[in-house]
Amino acid sequence: MEWVDDWGVSLATFLPAVGAIVLLFLPSAQDRIIKAVGTLFAGLALIAGLLVMARFDYGATGEIQLEVNATWIEQISANYHIGVDGISLPLLILSLLVTFLCMIYLWWHVPEPGKPKAFLALVLVLETGMNGSFVALDLILFFVFWEAVLVPMYFMIGIWGGPRREYAAVKFFLYTLFGSIFTLLGFLALWIKTGTFDMIELRELGAAGIGSDLFQNLVFLGLFLGLAIKVPMWPFHTWLPDAHTEAPTVGSVLLAAILLKMGTYGFVRIALPILPDAAVTYAPIIGILAVIAIIYGALCCFAQSDLKRLIAFSSVGHMGFVMLGIATLTEAGINGAVFGMVAHGLITGMLFFLAGSIHERYHTREISELGGLLAQIPRFGSVFTYCAIASLGLPGLAGFWGEMLALLGSYNPASPLDPVLFRVLMVGGGIGTVLTAGYLLWTVQRVNLGRVPDKFADGKGIHDVQALEWYAWAPLLVLILAAGLFPKLVLGLTSEAVSTIMGALGG
Amino acid sequence: MNPVDWHALAPEVVLTIAACAVLLIDLFVPDEGKWIAMPLSAAGIFGTLAAVVSLIGTGNHVTLAGSFEVDGFALLFKGLFCLIGLIVLAISFHYFRSGRYYQGEYYFLLLTALLGGVVMASSRDLVTVFIAIELISVPGFVMTALRKRDAKSNEAALKFFLFGVLSSAVMLYGMSIIYGITGQTLLSKINSELAASPSEPIVVLSVFFVVVGFAFKISAVPFHFWAPDTYEGAPSPVAAFLSTASKVGGFVGLLVLMFIAFPSVADTWRPIFAVLATLTMSVGNLIALRQQHIIRLLAYSGIAQSGYVLVAFALIDPAAPGMNAQALQSALIYLAIYAVMDLGAFAAAVAFGRQGGSYFISDYSGLWLRSPVLATLLAGFLVSLAGVPPMAGFWAKLFVFKATIDAQVYWLAATMGLNAVIAAWYYLAVVKRMFFDAPTSEEPLEIPYLMRAAMGVAALALLAAFIYPPLITALAERSII
Repeated sequence: MEWVDDWGVSLATFLPAVGAIVLLFLPSAQDRIIKAVGTLFAGLALIAGLLVMARFDYGATGEIQLEVNATWIEQISANYHIGVDGISLPLLILSLLVTFLCMIYLWWHVPEPGKPKAFLALVLVLETGMNGSFVALDLILFFVFWEAVLVPMYFMIGIWGGPRREYAAVKFFLYTLFGSIFTLLGFLALWIKTGTFDMIELRELGAAGIGSDLFQNLVFLGLFLGLAIKVPMWPFHTWLPDAHTEAPTVGSVLLAAILLKMGTYGFVRIALPILPDAAVTYAPIIGILAVIAIIYGALCCFAQSDLKRLIAFSSVGHMGFVMLGIATLTEAGINGAVFGMVAHGLITGMLFFLAGSIHERYHTREISELGGLLAQIPRFGSVFTYCAIASLGLPGLAGFWGEMLALLGSYNPASPLDPVLFRVLMVGGGIGTVLTAGYLLWTVQRVNLGRVPDKFADGKGIHDVQALEWYAWAPLLVLILAAGLFPKLVLGLTSEAVSTIMGALGG
Repeated sequence: MNPVDWHALAPEVVLTIAACAVLLIDLFVPDEGKWIAMPLSAAGIFGTLAAVVSLIGTGNHVTLAGSFEVDGFALLFKGLFCLIGLIVLAISFHYFRSGRYYQGEYYFLLLTALLGGVVMASSRDLVTVFIAIELISVPGFVMTALRKRDAKSNEAALKFFLFGVLSSAVMLYGMSIIYGITGQTLLSKINSELAASPSEPIVVLSVFFVVVGFAFKISAVPFHFWAPDTYEGAPSPVAAFLSTASKVGGFVGLLVLMFIAFPSVADTWRPIFAVLATLTMSVGNLIALRQQHIIRLLAYSGIAQSGYVLVAFALIDPAAPGMNAQALQSALIYLAIYAVMDLGAFAAAVAFGRQGGSYFISDYSGLWLRSPVLATLLAGFLVSLAGVPPMAGFWAKLFVFKATIDAQVYWLAATMGLNAVIAAWYYLAVVKRMFFDAPTSEEPLEIPYLMRAAMGVAALALLAAFIYPPLITALAERSII
């Protein structure tokens, strides 16, 4: 199995793209073959990912493993440098798993107006972009993958989306493109200062300090704009509710579960270790914005009447916790942030699946028109309750640990940061958790409990969880519980890798 | 006098013979067989390409008393012109055959203009440069007017002609002053003469005239007014040719002049290019936002695209050869990628125009359902023009961007960044129409195989260069002048 060391990560990244090319050559009328091929390639990529997991040395999670470093563009010293460590591995597996489950879900649920060939091909191209972002160790390579998700997601929202899909698609595209130009400026500035795009080399150089304080701050600002738009942080979040609401179910799931993580991952992998001094300067600002996002997101959720839009705003809040954890610059906080990313991927991905399935059954997502799910479709209602409770951060389920660690980290932030400010932020975050619990319970009450509305009383077309839905959802549901009961599943991977990054931060 | 190096001249000789053969054979072929001119021309260009390939790796050839040089730079552009010629031939075939426009004459003129480009790549002398640029332009005037009974075509040709001769006159005036000051026509000697003599206002003025002359040819703002009207009125394959071969030809001339003849006085003309680049990018993009006609959209977008190439000229620094090499390389990469993606977009517009009968963007609604192949290809070219992965246009922008940052001209880099977002807006508007809007007609479109092949090759080339950019960067690296 030694070939996995050289090829595993590349295969996991590029097999989906190969699948997309294969799909192009299949006749578009052959629905079943197309879906089988799409599932096959997503599955092969997942198997490659599992092989990577098997070869991964869990005793050295802080090191980059299964590394490949080959010359790519000699003229600008950009290399094909990929590999995984304890931070990227869980995110890579999450991306592989969620995409595979989406493929299973798509067997019965290709959104209007059909065209499974094009849709599946886009999902696979998107997957390559997402996987690549988590394993790239070269800034240019990272940027290429980062940008490569734009086009497929644009088409997914624009063709298969809801009524305001055009607006949402263009807004998503231009907003992200705008941000990424500043990120690119930052990358190029780093290159000019150091002559390398290699993240690992830059991390080592960064520990000693690259350039003057002003230089660091400017570069950090550039990276921050691009990454913060992707996360999205308040006040750059306005593309998110539109994109999430209008996207087809699978698009929302991938957007929430994986795409948003690319932004926070960028902070952990690139911005903090390469520019540690600037990170200290910016940490209070990031922390304040994060807490605003937590509270603002929760308050917005109270005002939403559309279930999908509500879940979208809840993402703003949850990503706020992740950013708060990062802003503390502590081991606890950053471990919590990575845990939060995985947990949010599992839980919110699952919630978007459910919102899509509710729409399919009831042809509406208006919370006021729904009711009595538990009475009418008890299994579905139970799953919904389970996920909502996981999302509000009940101990024992995945949502708890990320928030807990973020708050714990902000009680005692890294030494150069102002502990008073961060304790205030902790209180703000704490209020946020209460609000989060409030709107989620209220949503469960309105959707799940109560009487079945008259117009749905005949139960026509309203069926409980189907076999295929179980296949697509069960792994997520199990993992939500597993990560909640055994947080070491993720934290065991991340803690050493976070220590390596903290080494760069000098504490 | 040294003997002429015929091997170095082989591409030009082959192309000249092919052009004459096309014109002659056309005389003896009946009307319904005139289309034969196109495969003949294609054979001629393939022959030229073979001659270019035979020159690879044979070292530098300098002949005709130093006014003609074959080096990496020349070979790169000779190859690019051949590629452009082949794609334009593929676009032209159905258009001119079904319209029964003067096929023999058209292909002859096309080959002649191409000859101008191939000569330009090797020109190292003021006179050769001037002859080459005229050789590119003059057939263009006639080709634009080929739709004789169309008033728009006539207007387009007249505009193009008047602007063309005016710009030639201005350019020639500048060149004559330079000759008067230095007493030289060889570019390298002009540079050493200019470096030796203190810079006088008259030098600045003459360089300025030359730049303005070329600015007309490459339709840089504010000398761009002829371009959109001319492209719209001309037969659309000719528009494709003007927007790629003519423009690249103009840029090659400008590169040769600025990097060989005038670098020693770069301080005086660098700001001119910074202003030209900013104006060209921004004005081109802003006007493109409002276009309803695909050819006009491509015209303005092409203007904006040339702004990115002009940026490279604004980075030249006589004291920093490394920086110059980087700027030149970024311009080469941009031009090569631009030519392919722009031709692809024009090919798609021509295909749709012939089959769907319209050049208006509103008629592209729902094209995806009528012809998935055409819609996907056009979307690919537009995404490339916008500079977004997974197409090579991304690298074109990135390398210029990088050179600009390296030269620490941050405001220019910021302008480019903003312009990239503006441009993405209008390219996406077309994509949106094709994919998101409901079709106005259900009728499926059949795209001729030759067009499919041309567009497919262009798209594959762009995709390949995206995945493995050394395909183009390695060439550019060997093409430093």
